Amino acid sequence: MRVGVLALQGAFREHVAVLAALGHETVEVRGAEDVDGLDGIVLPGGESTAQARLLTPELAAALDALVASGAPVLATCAGAILASRRGWLDADLERNAYGRQLHSAEAVADDGTPLVLIRAPRFTRLGSSVEVLARLGDDPVLIRQGALVAATFHPELTDDARVHAGTFG
Amino acid sequence: MEKNTWTTKLGLARMLRGGVIMDVVDADQARIAEEAGAAAVMALERVPAQIRADGGVARASDPAMIRSIQEAVTIPVMAKCRIGHTMEARILEALEVDFVDESEVLTPADPHHHIDKTAFDVPFVCGCTDLGEALRRIGEGAAMIRTKGEAGTGDISEAVRHLREVRSAIRRLQGMEPAQLFAEAKALAAPLDLVRSVAADGCLPVPQFAAGGIATPADAALCMSLGAEAVFVGSGIFLSSDPAKRARAIVEAVTHWQDPKRLAEISTGLGEAMRGTETSKLTAADQLAQRGH
Repeated sequence: MRVGVLALQGAFREHVAVLAALGHETVEVRGAEDVDGLDGIVLPGGESTAQARLLTPELAAALDALVASGAPVLATCAGAILASRRGWLDADLERNAYGRQLHSAEAVADDGTPLVLIRAPRFTRLGSSVEVLARLGDDPVLIRQGALVAATFHPELTDDARVHAGTFG
Repeated sequence: MEKNTWTTKLGLARMLRGGVIMDVVDADQARIAEEAGAAAVMALERVPAQIRADGGVARASDPAMIRSIQEAVTIPVMAKCRIGHTMEARILEALEVDFVDESEVLTPADPHHHIDKTAFDVPFVCGCTDLGEALRRIGEGAAMIRTKGEAGTGDISEAVRHLREVRSAIRRLQGMEPAQLFAEAKALAAPLDLVRSVAADGCLPVPQFAAGGIATPADAALCMSLGAEAVFVGSGIFLSSDPAKRARAIVEAVTHWQDPKRLAEISTGLGEAMRGTETSKLTAADQLAQRGH
């Protein structure tokens, strides 16, 4: 599969490495022209305000079309915030819900998924078509809506490739 | 749940890649920086060019100004402590800043020792002029390295020198046999395990950013082309004639550094850059990059 990784700002390089290890062709996406021919897209972590500022209307429209086509999408942390803001994901998130960096943590989800939470957001509302795949305590941390998978943690910072494999095969 | 592990410290450094960290001296500047797309802000009372002009001892900032910036923005807030000043670092940690910069821009507190950063929960960034210095700081627990450049000058030449130093030393290590790395570790005055990791991976084991003298989008792009993964801009934004516009332009230049046509658009009509000082005209005592070891 030819998978794009939005490379405006943030931890895109780690996603590229995981996808390459799974045998996918990867493309760093910085402009609308990079979206042509993609089979899927990763929206990486980083700073959501910086990413939003760098997302041009042309690139946003190209991504709108890719997501609307039903292509698989993996949105992590700031990427999940972007997906929610663009209306691709029927869910709301609270930014930095656990606090500043001193509250960043490693943990394990109820299904055994290793979690790295960096100034992480928290889902505050999930639409009716959203399925919860994993929780930490009461908080959903991994969800699916159709072909879109969203995480409040960073699967790309662990050795566990199951989230990427589950999204893109 | 385990907080403040090496993975979470490194994790935040990785999230800042491809971004711009901007020096700000008050809440208004912090809001301008965030609006322009800064990945983080560095809270300090005076930007390096002002520290240079004022002289005297430069110390960590008043907690009240750091708090006012934390309240003004949602992006990470960093703050500087003096080299070796463990207690300034403890105070910044108590304020819950997101990153502490043990910085040569402030007057060093300890002539021989940097802070033992492994003893802290908060992650640290430190400056370097070459690979040995970078690896010594990482050995002490720094989760991010920035090449020092020459802060407060608006002159990119020292940043370029330090980026090239680090990159050529990494290339040299990659060409060595394992048996050569012992002597090389001694020559670099750096921990052997870190020397081995650099030789194997071809990069530092933590994100490597650039700082010191960046005043234009082209300067930021030049740093990216020399191996920097993000940039710190100190005096270059808020001492220019149109800080909001220049801040936005530098943010875009770091993302699109490989696209000269786009850089030409980004660089158009930004007004006056900071005036600056040629580094070669500074006396040795005024060269901040020589601080630390």
